[in-house]
Amino acid sequence: MTWRARLVRLGIALAPIGLTLVMTMLILLLAGADPFEAYGNILSGAFENPKKIADIAVAMVPLLLCSAGMLVTFAAGLWNIGVEGQMIAGALMTTWLVESLTAPAGVILPLSVVAGLVGGALWGLLTGLIRTYGRVNEIFAGLGLNFVASALTNYLIFGPWRPPDGATMSGTDPFPPSAWMPLIGQTRASLVSILLSIIALVGVWLVLRGTYWGLKLRAIGRNSRAAQRLGISTHRNMLLAFIVCGALAGLAGSLQTTAVYRRLIPQISGGYGYLSQLVVLLSGLRAEWVPLVVFFFSAVQVGSPRLELRMQLDSSLGGILQAGIVLFFLLVRGFRERWHAPEKMEEGDGPIAY
Amino acid sequence: MDPLLIETAKSVIASSAPLVFAGIGEMITERAGVVNLSLDGSILLSAMAAFAIAFLSGSLLLGFLGGMFVGMLIALLVAYGSIALKQDQVAIGFVLTLLCADLSSFIGKPFVRKPGPSVPHWPIPGLVEIPVVGHILFDQDLLVYASYLVILVAWVWLFYTQAGLRLRSVGERPEAAFARGVSVNRVRYLYTAIGGALVGLAGGAYSLSVKLGWSHRHTAGIGWIALAIVIFGGWHPFRVALGAYLFGVLKSVGSLLQPGFPNIPTQVFQAAPFALMLLALLLVSGDREGMVQRVPRLLRPVVQALFLAKPPAGLGKRFEQG
Repeated sequence: MTWRARLVRLGIALAPIGLTLVMTMLILLLAGADPFEAYGNILSGAFENPKKIADIAVAMVPLLLCSAGMLVTFAAGLWNIGVEGQMIAGALMTTWLVESLTAPAGVILPLSVVAGLVGGALWGLLTGLIRTYGRVNEIFAGLGLNFVASALTNYLIFGPWRPPDGATMSGTDPFPPSAWMPLIGQTRASLVSILLSIIALVGVWLVLRGTYWGLKLRAIGRNSRAAQRLGISTHRNMLLAFIVCGALAGLAGSLQTTAVYRRLIPQISGGYGYLSQLVVLLSGLRAEWVPLVVFFFSAVQVGSPRLELRMQLDSSLGGILQAGIVLFFLLVRGFRERWHAPEKMEEGDGPIAY
Repeated sequence: MDPLLIETAKSVIASSAPLVFAGIGEMITERAGVVNLSLDGSILLSAMAAFAIAFLSGSLLLGFLGGMFVGMLIALLVAYGSIALKQDQVAIGFVLTLLCADLSSFIGKPFVRKPGPSVPHWPIPGLVEIPVVGHILFDQDLLVYASYLVILVAWVWLFYTQAGLRLRSVGERPEAAFARGVSVNRVRYLYTAIGGALVGLAGGAYSLSVKLGWSHRHTAGIGWIALAIVIFGGWHPFRVALGAYLFGVLKSVGSLLQPGFPNIPTQVFQAAPFALMLLALLLVSGDREGMVQRVPRLLRPVVQALFLAKPPAGLGKRFEQG
């Protein structure tokens, strides 16, 4: 490849970032704020001390887990918007376990992980059943169940799991210390969470790349009718994809209760489910790119609340940065394909091998 | 008739007007074969824009035009991204949903809880005198009358004009339409823009009439309801409108019931519409032909008209012209 071609490639790769910066700059000027001061605040809010870096790791865990799960459903051509609800289901199952079982940490913590996986898997299965047998588009199935899950959380916090001195929006009473995931030093990050999320992503990457099931899922994603003609049970494999994705999302929700908040709070999923959809899109559905994107998203997430403290701006600028970069990524990719029509080869693997 | 019932009916009609605009708008877009998934964000951003413009200029008309313009721009972005740039419609729509919601929060911050202009009440002289119905339907504001008009015009346009036939053919069988000399993608741009403008009108209808003013995530969730109503409504203007009004009825039933159940937190009531939306979709999407076979013969036409629906065959599919 010539230097010029490399430069063009680099330019194309950086264009979404540049366009997002231009867009946010205009918005900040419109709001009467200094754009560079705002960017500086986000950066210092994210990186100024080791504690902040640990906070980034904390935010990365649910994003990595949910994104890993979504890679599976996307491979099967499914848009699992219900990740948010599946996270909540995992958190609820874990809270139920902690509320009903008194045991030493060595017992309850492994069980809490299992509870998260199971809770999320069941909620994912429900989404899948509505999609496959109810024939409702998975976007609406997932979305409807998200709202149901969050209503269920509120009901439980204000009902059966109400703290003795009255229910509030701050959630249930804190879990007993036996159900606290150990944290690294004085930070808020948990080594167990970080390891689990890495294992999940690597596992998904291996499964999608190197197993027969991964191949079947991709076949369904490419052309479900053709896959069915080849004897692949589309419904069964779609349900399995929902279960796997739900389990990973449920684990994310479970860890939010045991490692981050140490209680169940109303907004336990914190929008990470929706954010992970953006992560996967920006990664071009490739597991290799997920860690980098997740790191960027988490840094923005940790850094942007400072806009409110220092500049009286709304912290939603962080969300604008995240979504903006994905939008421009999609548009720039479209432009590139338009200009280089001959290069327009479908990336990834060819059709299913006979 | 019970005056409480009449008042409730009147308020359901009024509060459903934005959903009628958004539902009919999205229906027109989808009839042309394009899915604009960004509704939840579009409505938020256009509601914010309409309020901000009306607040700053003092002109309701400018506010509404601004909101419609914003809705149209977002819809055109979905169309351009999917038609010209060949990207996934659902992906672009979803990203825009989140982006527009955050934009509305960020730009709208100075306008939160400011008192602003509102659409004045304007009973239609003469018609309002009709017993019961007059009070329910014609003792409203111009926006509500516009919502009636939108339903009727959409129906006539779709089924009784040449242009409507072209619109449907583009969504149903784009290849055939193209062979007959219809410029498929141009028609798709046109109706995506019109649909988006109606969605923007829905946003303005919230912030300038139904849910006055602006606050963080002012209309969050309503866009998804509108998208579901289009499916529930089987892409037919009357049924889409029926879906919007049914949703209004359910909401007011919920708020009437709520005081009776003080132990259940309000959030549960707020989430109930979404659970019902899911049930409604299950009802219209499941084994519909089987369901029709099972009801008594006399009721079959009714069930058929209410529950049988097929999406436009070319919905969400790209069309390569030439």
